[in-house]
Formats: sequence, C-alpha cells, structure tokens
Amino acid sequence: MLLQQLVNGLTLGSVYALIALGYTMVYGIIELINFAHGEIYMLGAYMGIVTFGLLTALHLTSPSSGATLFLMIVLAMLFCGACGITIERLAYRPLRNAPRLSPLISALGVSIFLQNFVMLAQGPRDKGFPHLFVHGGIDFPGGRLSAIQIFIMATSVLMMVALQLLVHRTKIGKAMRAAAQDKQMASLVGIDVDRIISVTFMIGSALAGVAGVMVGMYYGLINFFIGYIAGIKAFTAAVLGGIGSIPGAMLGGLLLGLIEALGAGYISSEYKDVFAFAILVLVLIFRPSGLLGADVSKRV
Amino acid sequence: MKCPSRSMPLHQRPLLRIVLASVWFGLLSLPLMMELQAPYFGLGRPLMVSAVVALIGLLRVLALQWREASTGRLERLLGASGSAARHLTEGIDQRLLYALALACAIMIPLGLNRYHIDVLTQVGIYVTLALGLNIVVGLAGLLDLGYIAFYAVGAYTYGLLSTRVGLSFWEVLPLGALLAAIFGILLGIPVLRLRGDYLAIVTLGFGEMIRITLNNWDSFTRGPNGIIGIGRPKILGFTFSDPIHYYYLILAIVLLTIFVVDRLNRSRIGRAWTAMRDDEVAAEAMGIDLMKTKLLAFSLGATWAGFAGVFFASKMTFISPESFTFFESVIILCMVVLGGMGSVPGVILGAAMLVILPEMMRQFALYRMLIFGGAMVVMMVLRPQGLIASPRRAIALRHTDSRRPSVVSPLHTP
Repeated sequence: MLLQQLVNGLTLGSVYALIALGYTMVYGIIELINFAHGEIYMLGAYMGIVTFGLLTALHLTSPSSGATLFLMIVLAMLFCGACGITIERLAYRPLRNAPRLSPLISALGVSIFLQNFVMLAQGPRDKGFPHLFVHGGIDFPGGRLSAIQIFIMATSVLMMVALQLLVHRTKIGKAMRAAAQDKQMASLVGIDVDRIISVTFMIGSALAGVAGVMVGMYYGLINFFIGYIAGIKAFTAAVLGGIGSIPGAMLGGLLLGLIEALGAGYISSEYKDVFAFAILVLVLIFRPSGLLGADVSKRV
Repeated sequence: MKCPSRSMPLHQRPLLRIVLASVWFGLLSLPLMMELQAPYFGLGRPLMVSAVVALIGLLRVLALQWREASTGRLERLLGASGSAARHLTEGIDQRLLYALALACAIMIPLGLNRYHIDVLTQVGIYVTLALGLNIVVGLAGLLDLGYIAFYAVGAYTYGLLSTRVGLSFWEVLPLGALLAAIFGILLGIPVLRLRGDYLAIVTLGFGEMIRITLNNWDSFTRGPNGIIGIGRPKILGFTFSDPIHYYYLILAIVLLTIFVVDRLNRSRIGRAWTAMRDDEVAAEAMGIDLMKTKLLAFSLGATWAGFAGVFFASKMTFISPESFTFFESVIILCMVVLGGMGSVPGVILGAAMLVILPEMMRQFALYRMLIFGGAMVVMMVLRPQGLIASPRRAIALRHTDSRRPSVVSPLHTP
C-alpha cells in the first residue's frame, strides 16, 4: 500500500514538475504568474488526442506503435510552444511596463478564452484518451509499477535533464540566465531580451504540452477544464521549490505529488485538492522563498 | 522581417503583417478546430479564424491611419468633450445628481417585468460585491482572487442559522457580515507578508479551500446538495417574496455600501490604503501601520461580501457550493478592473455592464465566455485604468506607464 502510493505520487509529481518548470522559468524572467499556463497543458492533452485521431484516420501508423506516441508528444510540444509564444506576444508583451495587476488579469482572460475555445471546438464532454501502454509493468509486493508510470517518469526525467543542459550549457541558456538576473543589463550586452522571453515561453509551454499528453494517457479521460486545477497545483509545486529556481520546481513537483498521494491514501481523498492549497499557504508563511529558492530581499 | 525605412508607404508593411498573422492564427487553430469525424478534414473553421484575424488587422491599420491623419483634431475633440462634460457636471450641484440617480433607481423597476427586476437585483448584489472587492483591490492594491469565499461565508451563515436555529434575516445580516469580516482577518494574517502575485494565488487557494470544504462536509453543510428552505426576510408580518421587494432591499444595501465605501475612501484609512498601494515602504516610513491597514482592508472588504451573501441566500432560499466558484471571483474582479479600480462610479458601471451584457447576449450563450476572456485581455492592453478611472489611480498610472500619454482628463485634487 505504502509503496504503491509512493509510486503513484512520484508519477503524478513528475508531471507536476514538468508543468511547474514553465511557471518557474517565466516567473524567473519576467516575474509574472502565467495563469494561462495550466490551459497550455490542457491544449497539449487535446493536441495528443487530435494527433492520434489524425494518424489513425489517415492510416499512417498503427495506432499503438511507438511512432504514434512519439508524434503525439512532438506535435503537442510544437503546438504548445507556438501557443505560448503567441500568448506572450498578444497578452503580456504590451503590458511589460504596466502596473503589476494588469498582466495578471490579462492572463486570467487568456485562461478563460482558451478554456472556452477548447470547449467550443472540442465539445464540453470528457474525451477518451487512446489507450496506449495498457499492458506491461513490473509487479512488486503490495503494488504494481505499470508501463505507463515508467514511461511518464522516464520522459519527465529526460525532459528535465535536457532543460538543465539547455540552460547551463548553451548560449541561449546563458542568455536566459542573464535576462533573469537583470533584463536591462542583459540588453546592454547585446541580448535580445524580447526574444529570450519568447523562447522561455516556448520552452515552458512545450514542457506543459508533454505533461498534457502524458496525463491524458495516464487517466484516460480529458476535458477542457483540467488545466485549472493542474495549473494551480503546478504553481504550488513551483512555490514549494522556490519560484524562479529550476531544480526547485522539479523537487517541488515530486514532493507535492508524494504528499498528495499519501494524503489521499491515508487521510481523505475528498480533500485531496485541499492539501495542495494548505501546503502552499504553509510554505508561503514559513518559507516564502521556497525550499531551494534564493532568499530574495525585498526590492525597494 | 526587414524593417522598412520611414519613407516607405504606411500600408505595405502592415499588410504583410496582417497576412502573416492571419496565416499564423489559422494554423494555430487548425489542430483543435479540424473536424476529424467528417469524411474530409474540414478546414472551414480555421479559415474563418484567419479571416477574422485579417479583418481585425485591417481595421486596426485603418484606425491607425485615421488617427495619424487626424491626430490634432481628435485630441482637441476629446479634450473639448471631456471639459464640456466636466463643466456640465460641475455646474450642477453634486447632490442634485445623486438625488436624480437615486430617483431613477427607485422608479426603474416600476415599469419592468419580473425577469428584468431579477436582473436588476442581480446587478445590486454584484455592485455590493464589487464595491467590497474594490476596497481590497482598488484602494489597498491587494489582489484577492478568493473574494467569493466571503460571499459564501455570508450565504452559509444565513442558510445554516435560518434552517437550524431559526434566526431571522435581520438578526443574521450583521452576524453574517461580522463572520465574513472575521474570515477576512483570518485570511489576512497569514498573507500579510506576501505581495502581489503570491497574495493572488494564496487568496485563490483560500477561496477554493472554503468551497471544497463546503462541498465535502456533508454533515454540516449538506455538501453538494446545498441547503434548501432558507427563510425569507420579514418585517412586522410583511414577508419579502416578490422580486420587487428584493430589489428595494438590495437597493438599500447598495446605497449603504456606496455611502460607506465613499466615506472610507476619503477618510484617513482610505488615504493610508492608497499610500500603501502605491509604495509600501514609503507608506511605512510615513508612519502607516501596514499590518493594521491591510487587515482593515481585508475585513472591511469582506464585510460587504458577507452582506451580499446573506441577501443572496434569503433571495434564492437555496444555496449550494456551486454558486461560489473561482470563476465568480474572477467575474467580480473584472467588474472592478473594467469599471476602474478605486473609482466608485466606475465599479458600479462595471458591475452593471458585466451582469446586463451577458443577459443581453443570451443568444450567443456559447460564445459569451470566449468573448469575455478575450475582452479582458483587450481591455488590459488598451485601457488598463478602466472605463471611469479614479482620480488618484490616474496619477499612479500616468507615472508607471510613461511610454503612452495618458488619456485621462486633467486632475483636480480631491
């Protein structure tokens, strides 16, 4: 029982971590909570379904092959990345110098827009996600680690490693770090900050897209409303780990997944969502900079 | 894209941009709007998106050109009409205007049917809520995304006390408001140190926690089934039952709210809130007790949600957690922002618009939330100060957004 809960928690947690990365990267660079980020994740899940439907309808690949899965994830990443860039351009960039409330409200607007767009385009009812990876898995005493769980965890780890390499080993990663530290200074040394912000949105959104496809596969059902609660939880994870810190988001996501799984298993599953909020409030009260966050002093 | 020189005709680059944008949005909407079930892959809807984007782009270019051609004229026209309106209102005694508005509010329902009166009552509830949230967001500058929780507290206070203890509306009205204020303080204490975005998300979490608890605590709140049979208000044997009775009741509450919020705004506390909103550190240096001021904002804001909640429960005689979702918080916030943060007439206008327009758009029921979300973004980009900007707020905006010349009228110090 305990082992099974841990496995479930880690699976869920690695998904939260992927979404949390988007929040944390965007916050690190422009100090904006991108409320629409959860919606991007939802778009990713729908893109997965659409890709699958398209491939089957065109008889391009056999539905359960690895190629299908690969295409679903890649197309979801591309699509979500494009959406992320577009949203930043339309709803956030014009507000870069506006009072802080303005981009937040505009983000809420984007979130409402996307939810309703998907509801109109894809219908309000739950959509069944194709069953890939139904078989297989590793049994252990007291539980089972299914193939899909292994896949989710492995993919998440892969993405995170890739992101770490990108941020720390490439030129664009260096530019991102520079822009996060000081936008004005970065632009003085020749970094195109607007472009870096676009890239950040693209990467964060692409990661959310992967998360969307994987969660769709895991639960088997998606609807237009899944982005809201997932977005809040991922944000909690980002805050828990220390917003702005990339390793923090990963750690926060895993921890939140574990806490939630254990809380649901041992305390009450009805209040599962309350745990996330309670943790959020507690972290913000006792350690506002999060577990791995730098202790930011108040800017005057 | 190559940057054109200044001498280039104005329309060439914009046209290219329009084409690119419409292709881009068509492609973006393609995956989710394609009709996979059909024997063909329908491209009609994405093409429509492209067309709409192109149309918007064209209109924008035309508008820009028109503005360029008539810069001076337009500015003068705007300035003239603004000052003319000010002269008009200045000439008349303010009290006369208020009396006129009040007379209108009293007379309006007499010629309307029950449905319209119901909508007006709805406007009243939201005006009360929006004015309450205006204290927190507009005056004190604390973004609260869980405001609906206090509304729920008020409604459930009356719902439970009426069905279980048998207390009357008039006894619970102050109790509900008091309880909401206490919840406001309870929320306020832990989040005192948080600023801006963090505050937003914690208040959001607080609102959700209240809703989930109401939903799951079956033995106490009857969970998702809600509470039925809540008593209606009575005075001296007269029972409020007709929509019009409720209209006048909420009108009284709204008037009280307007009066108090306006007085608060002009008081020492109101100025402390504004100072805190503009710069916490400077405000503290001027001797403002930030903790007390913030808690006052939270509790005084929540009070009005409590009143509105009690009224709502008595009007519906049925409440369930469904009425208190995050989305409601967002709508109320939009009323405040749309109308103009910190401006009482603006917030009233915002609330009225956001209740009445969706009612009028019933035939577009499916699209109205889509439009709503889009409008929030457009509003923020084009006119962040709201429809009727508050005079004090306008100063702040003018300083922060130096790129764009402010469109608000010249200020006269209050």
